[in-house]
Amino acid sequence: MDSNIAGIRVDVTEDGYLSDLSQWNKEIAIEIAKENNIELTDKHWEVLNWIQEQVKNEVALSIRSIKKSGIIDIKEFYDLFPGGPLKISTKIAGVPKPKSCI
Amino acid sequence: MSTKVKKMLFILSKGTIENAYAAFIMANGARMEGIESEIFFTFFGLEAIQKKKLEHLHVATVGNPAMHMPTMLGGLPGMEALATSMMKKEMEKLDMPPIGEFLEILSDSGCKLWACKLAVDMFHLKKEDLIDDLDGILTIGDFYNRADQEGCQLMFI
Repeated sequence: MDSNIAGIRVDVTEDGYLSDLSQWNKEIAIEIAKENNIELTDKHWEVLNWIQEQVKNEVALSIRSIKKSGIIDIKEFYDLFPGGPLKISTKIAGVPKPKSCI
Repeated sequence: MSTKVKKMLFILSKGTIENAYAAFIMANGARMEGIESEIFFTFFGLEAIQKKKLEHLHVATVGNPAMHMPTMLGGLPGMEALATSMMKKEMEKLDMPPIGEFLEILSDSGCKLWACKLAVDMFHLKKEDLIDDLDGILTIGDFYNRADQEGCQLMFI
């Protein structure tokens, strides 16, 4: 599916997740964050970078991996990305929606 | 985020590991979807929040047809422990946290954890026997008050 985010043409899934991380950039992240009523701070970027690294290294994301990440605790994670933190943060980071149930 | 289900309340009444995980996974899954969640531990479900017992929950090998094991065999000493350790290995492969860590994750995620007052009294438990992350000890009336809102679902496990 084609979509236009921050004036850039990108491929997205039905849920609005970027199909190709190489099309991602900071403007796109800011725009998706805005749609989710989030203004990105340094801490957000740190988490987003970490998420992208995990995905590049093919590590499955879960709330447990956030707990073990060493860069953020679960409470902060929920505060930074309210209303479904892993779903929203991965969308902003331009990576696939996590398939884990945990 | 708009969703018709706004809050999930779970009542965990059993002390077997599979039932505890069912409640925990669904309660955590709700939080991950932006849905409020709470768990009310009653009767044998209290085993899952007792400091000394929570890491020793077992899968039921007797009276559980899905184990595909003759009842006589399931009743042999050590059978429950064996079946449980096999199940825990499989869970670890899927990166499922142990009960204690799962409770921490739930609490940090904003899932409220409650103990049933009547069952706590019946089993002569004290507050210090229960996990530190517990949000309180409630009567069933208190619990229903927490359910009194639109878009709330109750589930008995």
